[in-house]
Amino acid sequence: MAAAIYEFANPQRFETVAQRVIPFAAASAVILLGFGLYFALIASPADYQQGDSVRIMYVHVPAAWMAMMCYSIMAMSSITGFIWKHPIADVAAKSTAPIGAVFTFLALVTGSLWGKPTWGAWWAWDPRLTSVLILFFLYLGYIAIWEAIDDKSRAARIAAIVCVVGFINVPIIKFSVDWWKRGLHQPASVLRADGPSIHSTMLTPLFLMALAYMAIYACLVLISMRNEFAERRLARLERGREEPVSTVRAA
Amino acid sequence: MRVARAIVARDLTLAVRAGGGTFQAVLFLSLAVIIYALAVGPDVGTLSLVAAPVLWASALLATIVSLDRVFQADFEDGSLDVLVETSDTLSLSVLAKAVSHWLSTGLPLVIAAPILGILLGLEPEGYLPVAASLAVGTPGLSLIGALAAAITVSLRRASILVTLLTAPLYAPVIIFGVGAAKAGAAGEALYAPSMLILAAISLFAAIVAPLAGAAAIRLNLD
Repeated sequence: MAAAIYEFANPQRFETVAQRVIPFAAASAVILLGFGLYFALIASPADYQQGDSVRIMYVHVPAAWMAMMCYSIMAMSSITGFIWKHPIADVAAKSTAPIGAVFTFLALVTGSLWGKPTWGAWWAWDPRLTSVLILFFLYLGYIAIWEAIDDKSRAARIAAIVCVVGFINVPIIKFSVDWWKRGLHQPASVLRADGPSIHSTMLTPLFLMALAYMAIYACLVLISMRNEFAERRLARLERGREEPVSTVRAA
Repeated sequence: MRVARAIVARDLTLAVRAGGGTFQAVLFLSLAVIIYALAVGPDVGTLSLVAAPVLWASALLATIVSLDRVFQADFEDGSLDVLVETSDTLSLSVLAKAVSHWLSTGLPLVIAAPILGILLGLEPEGYLPVAASLAVGTPGLSLIGALAAAITVSLRRASILVTLLTAPLYAPVIIFGVGAAKAGAAGEALYAPSMLILAAISLFAAIVAPLAGAAAIRLNLD
């Protein structure tokens, strides 16, 4: 386990893997998004109550799933980075944050657009809306910590504390807002013990879109991580170029 | 333990003598309550409906603005370095800092809140629940706040960061705090469970915040 972790701690090795995976992830994102949107917007039926506005579901629900998934990835990467001082885990957490924040924002905006025709209001203090809004601010706090600390390795470790404390609090926040108000949101309708309560014609585009979002995430996070490593290498090279000059002068 | 007691004694002396936090927190609470009252309007019926939430929200904001006092001065004059070097259990020292923050800020808020409740037309049966819920909930605010203060102690723009970090984590505290205060005033059965959950949040914070706070301080002072 530990050996495998260290094998992938090498940025050079990450670079070769990322170079191979990024085109594949990008291509799958385009294909999945194409099929997903076709099924979502054209080939799936309108809802008998909501009409065509049900199609917002296909962009909204996967975004909300990704909001949760990205925060979980951040937390796992943060723990790995904190315990094993794993540089790639640190960078993975850092690069995931803005993408997760955008998915969270997308979930909020599409939810608001969906809420107007179905619930009759742009915004309601529904428990899920509220907890996703709070999640959005957890993302912003995490990003702000990275911005505020110049030293990368210190920033990584302090941000990891912020992320994990936030992660511990996610279920507490969820529980408290559930208690706070019984919501407008429907109960879980996909992951249920007795099977999904959504018809398969709607489930297919939903899952295609979810896979497309995951491919988009994989593609973007790898590009962002490569950028981060390139930036650090550049900073090291610039520092390195300054230092020999001064030694030459001193000699 | 001896170190922890010394920290609490020192911080309380500083808070009382150096024109410190106690007065500021109560002043902030009073001003916030007045601003809310001015915003809501003079109708006592409306005000008494929002009295408990306004008191809780004001106490929460008063806590947030007081958080820079937890570690900032000690960081600037170097005593935080001494604390890190000398105490073998830094987390206990962080707990002590949170306790002294609560004693100098939270406790005065607990006492002042019911009195300010009079201004807001709080029902007499609401005084005790408001004070009790604040007494159980504000330690959680101080502990989570001390963690945020520890995380940001060496950073630029620390105050906005502290607000950004604490506000989401305070959400459960204010939900159950206001829930308890309202249920208690109305004599509802939800009073006891809300108070218990509030206590659970504070106790949970008493475990997590000192450990994480100590790690954050070590990183900040590296």
